[in-house]
Amino acid sequence: MGKEKPKADLLQGTLDMLVLKTLSRGHLHGYAIAQLIQQLSENILRVEEGSLYPALQRLELNGWIEGNWGLSANNRRARFYKLTPEGRKQLNGETERYRQVIGAIARVMGTA
Amino acid sequence: MNLNFRRVTRRLRYWLRHSERHGLLREEMEFHVDALARELMEQGMPEQDALSAARWKFGNLTQKSEESRSTWISGWISDGAQDLRHAFRTLRRDAGFTTFAILTLGLGIGGSCTIFSVVNALLVRPLPFTSPDRLVWIWNNDRDSEGLSGETVPTGHFVALRGQNRSFSDVAAYYAFYGVGDSKLTGDGQPERLSGIPVSQNFFSVLGVKPHVGRTFNSEECTARWGVPKAVLLSYGLWKRRFASDPGVVGRPVTVNDAPVTVVGVLPASFDFATVFAPGSRIDLYFPLPLTDEVNRRGNTVSMIGRLQPAATVQQARAELSVLGPQIQKKDPDRNFDLRLSLLEEHVTGRLRPALFVLACAIGVVMLIVCANLSNLLLARSATRQKEMAIRAALGAGRGRLIRQMLTESIVLSGCGAVLGLMFAAAGTRVLRHLDAFRIPLLESVHVDFGALGFTLLLAVLTGLVFGLVPALQVPATDVHDSLKEATRGSSQGRKHSWIRGALVISEVALACILLVGAGLLIRSFLRVLDVNLGFQPERAAALRVDPSSQYITQAERNAYLDEALRRVRFLPGIQAAGLTDVLPLGSNRSWNVGAKDRVSSYSIQHPPPPAFVRIVSDGYLKAMGIPLRAGRDFTERDAGSRPPVIIINETLARTLWPGRNPIGQTVIADVGRQVIGVAGDVRHLAPEQASGCEFYLPIRQSEDYSSVDLVVRTALPPSALASSVRMALKPIDPNLPANEFRTLQQLVDKAVSPRRFVVVLLAAFSAFALILASLGIYAVISYSVNQRTQELGIRMALGASARDLQVRILVRTLGLAGLGMLIGITTSSILSRLLNGLLFGVTPTDPVTFLGMFVILTTVAALAGYLPARRASRIDPMAALRTS
Repeated sequence: MGKEKPKADLLQGTLDMLVLKTLSRGHLHGYAIAQLIQQLSENILRVEEGSLYPALQRLELNGWIEGNWGLSANNRRARFYKLTPEGRKQLNGETERYRQVIGAIARVMGTA
Repeated sequence: MNLNFRRVTRRLRYWLRHSERHGLLREEMEFHVDALARELMEQGMPEQDALSAARWKFGNLTQKSEESRSTWISGWISDGAQDLRHAFRTLRRDAGFTTFAILTLGLGIGGSCTIFSVVNALLVRPLPFTSPDRLVWIWNNDRDSEGLSGETVPTGHFVALRGQNRSFSDVAAYYAFYGVGDSKLTGDGQPERLSGIPVSQNFFSVLGVKPHVGRTFNSEECTARWGVPKAVLLSYGLWKRRFASDPGVVGRPVTVNDAPVTVVGVLPASFDFATVFAPGSRIDLYFPLPLTDEVNRRGNTVSMIGRLQPAATVQQARAELSVLGPQIQKKDPDRNFDLRLSLLEEHVTGRLRPALFVLACAIGVVMLIVCANLSNLLLARSATRQKEMAIRAALGAGRGRLIRQMLTESIVLSGCGAVLGLMFAAAGTRVLRHLDAFRIPLLESVHVDFGALGFTLLLAVLTGLVFGLVPALQVPATDVHDSLKEATRGSSQGRKHSWIRGALVISEVALACILLVGAGLLIRSFLRVLDVNLGFQPERAAALRVDPSSQYITQAERNAYLDEALRRVRFLPGIQAAGLTDVLPLGSNRSWNVGAKDRVSSYSIQHPPPPAFVRIVSDGYLKAMGIPLRAGRDFTERDAGSRPPVIIINETLARTLWPGRNPIGQTVIADVGRQVIGVAGDVRHLAPEQASGCEFYLPIRQSEDYSSVDLVVRTALPPSALASSVRMALKPIDPNLPANEFRTLQQLVDKAVSPRRFVVVLLAAFSAFALILASLGIYAVISYSVNQRTQELGIRMALGASARDLQVRILVRTLGLAGLGMLIGITTSSILSRLLNGLLFGVTPTDPVTFLGMFVILTTVAALAGYLPARRASRIDPMAALRTS
């Protein structure tokens, strides 16, 4: 129970950011979010289902995403998430912060 | 702020529909698993494999959904609610166990809460006065007087101390020799005997008590002649009862002792003189104490209460008193003035402190036994629930979660126990409040308050944790697999933990042993006290107040009244003897210094004559009381005013004044020179535990120095049957004779031993409860081990062991456990019982009879508790036992 696989584990904050970013492309259900992150990262980032759903709940609680029930491609009921205006604001903020951090790390790594 | 607010509303919305939302989340996840499986199938995996692979990849659905849900509802809240629901369900299923557990807990917690309330009222809660921590009790240490006379001071000294001290903002006094039933209230209904007490003018302001209606005394009222007060304050109780809470009574005269007295005020309900200063009695009237020379001449009469200056400490005040005392004494060298001082609180409840400490410890021990017992039962239960636990673990419950579940169960149990306990405590404190016959201060203020509620809550949680922890820790850690398999065999777990159960039983026996020894020692002390030769025979004797009414002015008139009263009562059928006295035994006491006339020259201030208790009695009193006359004769009716003064002395006084000589015919200097005509047996006047001192009797017809008269009758009938006929006989000569106050002497004795009885009864109840619990504990463990070993016992029998053999083996094991417990218990109690020393009377802390008695009782109980399972074991059918495996 509760044993986390260490490989390619995503930090909580990072996962939230990635989910928001993915959702900026449109309405997606949980499975699709996981798939998309995996594909876009060229199979380097694998989303743990165990952390995806708590993350979705967390984002919803914060009011950044909204979930609505709809039909999936093969006609099954699924919950589709979309970004709220607040979520978009949050995403912009996080992207900005991410750039700064990455830039800073790059400068440190570059000079070393 | 805005974000937070919206988060809260979203969260609330979720909670309101949480089961629906939970279901939807589940569906969402299942969709995910489905999608995973579909993808695998597209890659060519067969459907079944794809599905299980997807499930495996996703992980435990329930667990994941719980984790997601915990975003919305703090995990521990929802888990807690779940645990609670589950606990109630499990407990309801096992009604027998639950009832027993709640009942034991209820009794234990109820007892604890009651004792807590008593301790709280008596020791913790401040006295019902303004800033009680600044109030001190000041008493005299007059070595030349006995009893109350030695602790009080003359009013002159009180006035001097009040004027000269610098440590106190004020000092108040009350007249300590007030008598029970001294004041006869007539008019407005039935005549009634009440107790009134003269207090100094500042008495109520020093205590910080303001009258409910009216005012306190003014200085004019405090200069009245002794015995004819002009003003009176009523107690709240009397005002409510007799005057129907009529505020108009203030300013009106009432008739007390046949004289009009103006009611100037009513005291508040919160003020009760008796419960603080004179427990077990009732004071309804307060008179002004005149600080005149006339009262000063009455000698040591008042008790003092001081209020410390804001800056003064007890030590400073003590130091000042030790200087001031001798200075004041110089002006009146006849009276010793050696002042002592302690906090008022200590004076009021100090003597009870050890007893209450013992009771608190005892109930603590009882609670420990309760915990051990329930631990044991829960252990037995948890053994049978191994399988359930294993299944729950297999379904994904962590060990921590399972332990929490078990602890929730035990706390639910103790919570229910606490509710029951509170009911017991409410009833218990109610009973205590109404124990009028008990001479224990502040008992009337005992009740279950918020403090007690908080204490009970804390106790419930703590108890639940204590008795739940050991069984909870037995939850299987990781070996789900093993437990599931083993649970069917069922024996290994039990054996693994048999030492824990053994240890629990041993500690139960040891604790019960300590309680039994404590209770035994106190019970034996109590019996010793009851066995004490009091010097008089309280059985079938009763007393009634018959003070001569104030209409009789001269001594001759009063004597005539007393003669007539005696004559009429002696005439009644069933009366064996009747006599009069001014003080009954075990009440208040005054003493005079009396010397032998032939040794008068040897007395001085440094070597005063010995103090002796004064009794003013009539002929027949000694016989009515059952006090033996050792030599000489009793008084007669003719020992009256005009005849030569005579005196009867007790054996101790005879020995003190004329060691080895015949006292009859000698002369004693008391109020006047008196000839000794008789020697009476010693009487324990102070307390049954206290040896008698010197004592002498004066004939009532020769002395006017009495403030009350009690008629004592000895009858062949039960005294209560006599009350009405005695009253009828006296009616013609005193139509205003109050209807109350027919006291049997046995009641006086009972009251004197009541604090001891209080402790003994409670302690005996506690130890009986402990004994029952310990025996149940032994029974449970032995019985459990017999059940566990049915198969083994069957094999033994099949191999030829006789039923007797098995019984003996089981009994030996039982007695072994009990013996070990008793060994620990005896060792501990032989150390602890020394703490009881102050409470013991006539037994030593290592009293062999008590220890032996305890040993016999515990062994018998243990043998009985072991015998029942042993008998069951011996009836095991070997074939059946073997087949069941």
